[in-house]
Amino acid sequence: MQIRCPFRAVQCGRIMVKGKIVAGCLAPHPPHLVYAENPPQNEPTAEGGWEQLRWGYERLRASLADVEYDAIVVLSPHWQTYVGTHFLGLPHFEGLSVDPVFPNLFRYHYDMNIDVDLTKAIHDEAQASGLSVKMMENPDFRVDYGTIVTGHMFNPSWDKPMVVVSSNRSSQYYSVEVMQDMMIELGKVTRKAIEESGKRVVVIASNSLSHRHFTTESEVPEDMSKEHITSHAMHLWDMRIIDYMVKGQSQRILDEMPEFTEQAIAESDGGAFSWLLSTMNVPDYPAILHGYGTIIGTGNAIVEWPCYAHEEGDE
Amino acid sequence: MSEGKIVASFVVPVHPHTVLAPDQNPGWKKLREAFDQAAQTIRELEADLIVVYSTTWPSVIGHQIQADPNPEWVMVDHDFHDLGSIPYSFNIDQEFAHAWDDANKTRGLQSRCVNYKGFPIDVGSVVALTLLNPDNKIPAAIVSSNVYANRTETTVMAKACLDVVKAQGKRVVAVTAMSLSNRMFTDFIEPSEDKIHSLKDHEWNQKILEFLRQGRLEDVGQLSRTIQRQIRVQKVVAFKPMWWLSAMNGNRNDLTGNVMAYEAIHGAGGAVVHLDPTPSGVGDKEYDEEDVEYFHGERGVLDAVEDVEIEEPSPNAVQSSGPALWEPTEIEGSVNTDSAPKPVGAYPHARRVGNMLYLSGVGPRQPGTNAIPGGPIHDENGEPLDYDIKAQTHAVVENVRRVVEEAGGTMEQVVDVTTFLVDMKRDFSGYNEVWAETLGKVGPTRTTLAIDALPTPIAVEMKVIVHLGE
Repeated sequence: MQIRCPFRAVQCGRIMVKGKIVAGCLAPHPPHLVYAENPPQNEPTAEGGWEQLRWGYERLRASLADVEYDAIVVLSPHWQTYVGTHFLGLPHFEGLSVDPVFPNLFRYHYDMNIDVDLTKAIHDEAQASGLSVKMMENPDFRVDYGTIVTGHMFNPSWDKPMVVVSSNRSSQYYSVEVMQDMMIELGKVTRKAIEESGKRVVVIASNSLSHRHFTTESEVPEDMSKEHITSHAMHLWDMRIIDYMVKGQSQRILDEMPEFTEQAIAESDGGAFSWLLSTMNVPDYPAILHGYGTIIGTGNAIVEWPCYAHEEGDE
Repeated sequence: MSEGKIVASFVVPVHPHTVLAPDQNPGWKKLREAFDQAAQTIRELEADLIVVYSTTWPSVIGHQIQADPNPEWVMVDHDFHDLGSIPYSFNIDQEFAHAWDDANKTRGLQSRCVNYKGFPIDVGSVVALTLLNPDNKIPAAIVSSNVYANRTETTVMAKACLDVVKAQGKRVVAVTAMSLSNRMFTDFIEPSEDKIHSLKDHEWNQKILEFLRQGRLEDVGQLSRTIQRQIRVQKVVAFKPMWWLSAMNGNRNDLTGNVMAYEAIHGAGGAVVHLDPTPSGVGDKEYDEEDVEYFHGERGVLDAVEDVEIEEPSPNAVQSSGPALWEPTEIEGSVNTDSAPKPVGAYPHARRVGNMLYLSGVGPRQPGTNAIPGGPIHDENGEPLDYDIKAQTHAVVENVRRVVEEAGGTMEQVVDVTTFLVDMKRDFSGYNEVWAETLGKVGPTRTTLAIDALPTPIAVEMKVIVHLGE
């Protein structure tokens, strides 16, 4: 039997510390980053490239190196579901992930563990709040490459279990406003489930900012002399959103999400960004910008909200 | 080598229900049975190749063509994973894939082949090939749907495919894996609750299917942008599969259509439609969009090194045989139009003198593709082929109409026609029948002559004089 109170959870007679989100991250997933890192899991090899962003990931990892956490919750725009929000629901997934868009860069042998208890808790809270949700329990399922890229770049040792949440495409079905309403609700119940789980968790939105690609690829994909933002307008939007993040103006991001998503063709259409801000109660403290760069023309920022330093301490 | 051509086209739905759960819903069962019937038709046509354009394989870097000769994996749908898994092992025509990739580049497109173990073949392609080619006897080709491509790029990509079909002499079945309306229920439903998401979607689907039933594929292609706005979730920038399929069929409106099944799959419109290339009528088109042969669009966005001038192939580069095509001459009084086939020599489509319009000899070749409705009368080696004189005659009349209308005239102003037939005994009856349905109703004088040959492998040509009025 589980007894709930606002700040403590008692389970099986054992006092459990209230769970918390220790950090929130914007951690984009272009496969180019893994490709450029040359990890043993990835088949293609590169001569480097996209260092600004890879160094950004290094800084993010270093920033959180001394922060203890139990699990990573990630929402990736590349597990696209049109019928509700889905969650990976088996304890272990392994296989080969080949990016269908950049198969020349990303053919990664993944091996990851899922925190099924936390997953189920978030699923159940979401269901109780009226959201359409489903556990994904087919062992043949291939995990989307967005989750894997972000998983690798954030935690290359893969030593933390994950919760993987699909991207419901309500922005395409209805509008960015409807998507955001759903994702804010999903963020709230994610936070609630984490708090009640007693676990310390990092939440990650795996999305780029502006998302207009080049539609050609240079002969050497990692040739950085060819890399830049696709247009000045995209750059302005990226800088505007980054400015809000580092000034702690999250609410303004949510307020401008429809315009940003439409005008910057932003990957925020997948809902991860709105969900992330909601999980953190729409933080009003500054985020840390660890890096910004473009990948095949899209704008990518690596950002950390150090919740551990700004929210209530452990009880 | 036999003549390469499209022997049939199919529209098929993308969701996995028809493979994994046909017995859970009567509509899914009907779609499955239509798939099985289509597979039987393909076997009977003795096709050499099945080409799939799948709307569920998005690409960014131009178009991608599957080139792994034997891709194998287990496909699980992102939404409908609880229905089960679909193991696949396909037989891909690698030589065709590379030739198509080359042809794309020749026509100015960004394109590449993919050949990687474990490449995730999309659900639409997996469903289509699993059900249409269950024993894998017929090799296949699969092409992606570029998220940024619009009509021009999609059309040119189809023409590049046809270049290879003709060059390799293959009998090809063209397949688009797509939904009609693609709005699904956003909540989970019981199979028994399935229906088209809304009445509006259903009505639009019915409209599309009525056009397809009448063989009016190009009309559906020209409505693509409207359809996208009305009944498509905005996943991509346009509703492209009809552009591709129409171009694969010479942008015709006179195919023979058969709607084999139409049912809901989780709210989306799923249909199995067979489009037979046999002409079914005149095939009037309300309007023609620009018929583009080469892609000159903005793709060189990686700065100076990519600013390679695309050298337009010589006029006859896309022809597998026949004389070179010429741009029509422009002497004063000339009347020329892009909607008529290019000349095979230095002459205009027509010339106006006072209020009289004199047309150069008009054949059935199609503008842009140079295809011959009803088929050519012989192959590249001069071996006779079976052909449809009625389809050729219809196409001649249509080409005459295009030139006359370009001059500001109407078909009712045609006053004299001289017709040349290469096989009077075989073809006069069919030609005469079409004449009665078309120009015969207008009433020009007519002379019909038997001749030995025409410059292209066609059976009929008309020399037309028009009185344009005062």
